[in-house]
Amino acid sequence: MKDINNLGDTHFDILKEIGSIGSGNAVTSLGKMLEKKVEMPVPSVKLLEFKDIAGFIGGPSNIIVGVLVSLTGDINGIMMFILDMKSANAMVDVVMGGMVPKNDTFGELEMSAVNEIGNILISAYVGSLSGLTKLRITPSIPYMSIDMANAILSVPAIEFGKVADRVLFIESGFKVDKIEMSGYFILVPDMPSLSRILSALGVG
Amino acid sequence: MSGGMIVVGMADLNVTRAPGVLTTLGLGSCVGIALYDSVTKIAGLAHIMLPDSKQIQNNTNVAKFADTAMVKMIQDMIKLGAGKDRLKAKIAGGAQMFAYNSTNENMRIGDRNVEATKKLLSLLHIPLLASETGENFGRTVELYADDGRFYIKTIGHGNKVL
Repeated sequence: MKDINNLGDTHFDILKEIGSIGSGNAVTSLGKMLEKKVEMPVPSVKLLEFKDIAGFIGGPSNIIVGVLVSLTGDINGIMMFILDMKSANAMVDVVMGGMVPKNDTFGELEMSAVNEIGNILISAYVGSLSGLTKLRITPSIPYMSIDMANAILSVPAIEFGKVADRVLFIESGFKVDKIEMSGYFILVPDMPSLSRILSALGVG
Repeated sequence: MSGGMIVVGMADLNVTRAPGVLTTLGLGSCVGIALYDSVTKIAGLAHIMLPDSKQIQNNTNVAKFADTAMVKMIQDMIKLGAGKDRLKAKIAGGAQMFAYNSTNENMRIGDRNVEATKKLLSLLHIPLLASETGENFGRTVELYADDGRFYIKTIGHGNKVL
């Protein structure tokens, strides 16, 4: 496959399934970590225009947290975990058990907490993707950024920009307990890796 | 529209005349190229994602690349009445949003976008009046066609006028 515009319904279903299993695994580990019940709606697979990429997370100027891990091995690309600030604060609060004073600042401690949560979630996701496809995937250490949604999402967008005029997002949100908290996983394989994933799962 | 401004999306470009204002939101590794003719008060803004259309097969969207976006924007500005020889440039963006492995060619895309843009401006003999590029944070820019001022807004890294 040379172009993501050639993706058909079967491909979308497979990618949705990958998202479902990957984020299911990740969210289960989050639930264990937080000792809370987590809910996860069915993930969606979207091909978005560049101008629309920040729509799902409050628009281009909304401040979000992004944790990024680069993937190498049989699958090359990037994997991101994205949260809006409200969810990031709520998550830190739950993880730290209210030890962090409630204020509006998001300091070193909060940042490293979210970075580590992101890392654990991404590792769980990538682990299940690797198990599912029998492909070898080596994740890098996590990198984090807090900034405008468009600026953060420009990183996966540019990767896709090299091969297409749209961005493929495998997007999975979740909620923790009664606390409104939503996060998204974005898997961005390069084109040869996307083909490898699909053929590993029996659709060329 | 955002407060009466013309919004330029990612991989998009637009031109306007005074008193129009062009804006593009959250430039990360992308570069915002602002061109301005102060005599006719015609302004153009492009939000490019990649340095060079010739290295990429899928290049139907001209606004995605520094080279093709610049040519298209200049043509559009001339159509509105701008003079090519009067155009001056200001640029912003080209950040590295995630600190990872700066030796990796792919991750230096911000730098490469800035380098390509500067090189093109010099090839086209368009003076670069000011630039605000690099670092590791996003930038929202506004270009005012009445006097060519170029606002740069960041989250926690201050605001500037070029």
